Amino acid sequence: MSEEITAVADHHHDDIPKGLSRWLFTTNHKDIGTLYLWFSFMMFIIGGAMALVIRAELFQPGLQLVNPHFFNQMTTVHALVMIFGAVMPGFVGFANWLVPLMIGAPDMALPRMNNWSFWLLPFAGMLLIGSLFVPGGGPAAGWTIYPPLSIQTGMGMDLTIFAIHILGMSSILGSINIIATILNMRAPGMTLMKMPLFVWTWMITAFLLLAAMPVLAGAVTMLLTDRHFGTHFFDAAGGGDPLMFQHIFWFFGHPEVYILILPAFGMISAIIPTFARKPLFGYTSMVFATASIAFLSFIVWAHHMYTVGMPLSGELFFMYATMLIAIPTGVKIFNWLATMWRGSMTFETPMLYAISAVALFTVGGLTGVMMAITPADFQYHDTYFIVAHFHYVIFCGSVLSMFGAVYFWLPKWTGHMYNETLGKWHFWLTVIAFNVTFFPQHFLGFAGMPRRIPDYAQQFTEFNMVSSIGAFVLGFSQILLLINVVRTIKAGQPASDQVWEGAEGLEWTLPSPTPYHTFVTPPKVS
Amino acid sequence: MIHSRLRRLISWMPRALVGLLVTPGVALAEWGLNFPRPVSPIAQEQYDLHMLITWIVTVIFIIVFGIMFYSIINHRKSKGVKAAQFSHSTKAEVIWTVIPTLILLGMAIPSTKALIMMEDTTESNMTIKVSGFQWGWHYEYLDHGIEFYSKLSTPRAQIKGEEPKGEHYLLEVDKHMALPVGQKVRFLITSHDVIHAWWVPQLGGKKDGFPGFINEFWIKPTEVGTYRGQCSELCGKDHGFMPIVVDTMEQVDFDAWVAKQKSAAPS
Repeated sequence: MSEEITAVADHHHDDIPKGLSRWLFTTNHKDIGTLYLWFSFMMFIIGGAMALVIRAELFQPGLQLVNPHFFNQMTTVHALVMIFGAVMPGFVGFANWLVPLMIGAPDMALPRMNNWSFWLLPFAGMLLIGSLFVPGGGPAAGWTIYPPLSIQTGMGMDLTIFAIHILGMSSILGSINIIATILNMRAPGMTLMKMPLFVWTWMITAFLLLAAMPVLAGAVTMLLTDRHFGTHFFDAAGGGDPLMFQHIFWFFGHPEVYILILPAFGMISAIIPTFARKPLFGYTSMVFATASIAFLSFIVWAHHMYTVGMPLSGELFFMYATMLIAIPTGVKIFNWLATMWRGSMTFETPMLYAISAVALFTVGGLTGVMMAITPADFQYHDTYFIVAHFHYVIFCGSVLSMFGAVYFWLPKWTGHMYNETLGKWHFWLTVIAFNVTFFPQHFLGFAGMPRRIPDYAQQFTEFNMVSSIGAFVLGFSQILLLINVVRTIKAGQPASDQVWEGAEGLEWTLPSPTPYHTFVTPPKVS
Repeated sequence: MIHSRLRRLISWMPRALVGLLVTPGVALAEWGLNFPRPVSPIAQEQYDLHMLITWIVTVIFIIVFGIMFYSIINHRKSKGVKAAQFSHSTKAEVIWTVIPTLILLGMAIPSTKALIMMEDTTESNMTIKVSGFQWGWHYEYLDHGIEFYSKLSTPRAQIKGEEPKGEHYLLEVDKHMALPVGQKVRFLITSHDVIHAWWVPQLGGKKDGFPGFINEFWIKPTEVGTYRGQCSELCGKDHGFMPIVVDTMEQVDFDAWVAKQKSAAPS
């Protein structure tokens, strides 16, 4: 009798819905993960196209292609699309796919809410990108949307504010789901300190999101009421304070930086041990370092605002607190190096991406230490040095890790091996072009080129040209990723269940491709 | 129209190629690889700190990459290495927590000293109020009763590419401001509309001007010369077009400049 029921149930499980309704109504964590990842990639291409408009205009001094107002819209929307549209949903996509597989759960804890978390995103994306087409154009006050400048912008700013509300809602729902899944749905024997680091970093990220996103929602709502309902939160003439917005914004903004990087640390911590064929060095210190970074992220926000005229004691506090972050971050980097040390390494595409993410994130981390030094930051602030720094951190730390993760887990997901040669071409073009684009920007910043300007003095010409050429190579190289992924999904060598010789963890015990429903009976973790 | 733009783009190509090829070469000196030469105590302090940290992080960078590349070259499967299985070492972990802490302490001490010096606006010899507006600067010499506006003087045609760009393209204004060498000048900065930031790299900087609030900073020029800077806080469509030009001069020349301004000003 019981066998019969199991058989019926199994049959039901393998019945994958067909057509559009599969994707619209899905509550399956793998389908939702896939939706998130494709959405993220689309936004990555759209945001990348905007970056190329910026770099094309900056190829030479003078105004050639766009007017300054449109240029400002491009810098603003590029950042918002990349942060809220590409990187954050990308990580949530990986969390959806991997967290249940890694902890031995059949699905996310709240599958219907999971569906809604995703389907909020396309509407937010439409509002954000649609803002470029309304009268007055899109937001042009920079992604930080500081008032009073953001009060001056047309209705594009209102659409952006609503987009941020919806994106924030999606993030909060997604975070609740991830936390609920991790805390309640672990397989028997999967204690907290046995969880893969990706699960740990995502859980901490989810708590950061829960704490930070409502703050941003509050800030932009105050902006909205200042714009339309006669409040004066940020207007000195009405007793408000434009500086207060910056404090609120960066109280969200700095944890946001770690929201954008911590899941990547988890990915790197999965990939490097696999290809070094050696256990991750210092698991416990990795967990504690992640938690310390998360805690510190809430007490360093004003290092984005050293030039606003803070009291000396405030500047000193934020300088010391910011410098402290270098310690847990250093611990992580040294742990990865120690994992590689005396390993038996091979260099498939995921490993190349993971190593380059560590190396280039270190560059961004070190320039971050330079910027922590308040007196020097008075010179660095709002120059191209900052632009170089955060692209080293976000593109190299987050995006390169995600590229590595795509190549790493794609064989498991699709049951097909990607094309290694094409993967290596994608890697080398991306990493070289990235450095050609952004390394010269450090020097532009030192030499005094402010960020967010559509035209520049002639001494900045050569480096800007180099940077623009790099940017176009970087942008078009991403076509290789698309080709490789599509070819892998459609065909490609069959992948084994183990996929990688050194891979460890519950997801590798499953067949490749992963069945539509997995761990219906929880595995036993010893 | 498109045609001429394309032709112009193509004509720039050789220059870009040269740029790519000689990147590590000599030409860099004139492009500016580093901070421009400091000519005030704050800028000097910032320059020294900047060089100190740059060297420290460069050394750290070389060590980290050195270890990484040693490992990449030697610890590979193709060389028949068998993977070790260690996964902790309390000693190593203590070392790489303590050493960075000490390095950071070493950086914090000079930074704290510099910051205290920078924020001390007392005992100044004169005060100038700077107000940013969309898009230019307004200067008031409070002790001398002078005020004037200063705006970009680069012709539109140069920006549009209809005539060749001048030597100080985008870094020239209709009216320079003047500062006496050797005097500690206190600046009060505010804004008429949105946030602006006043920044002349060689004189130290920068500081934001907020509408409805006043910030202060100080400059003590050490050399006679002309120094150029730009607004560095996004302030709308012409943010890239509101430069700052400061002439520093000996006290006698400054006094003469003040007298000239006063006689020229309508009363």
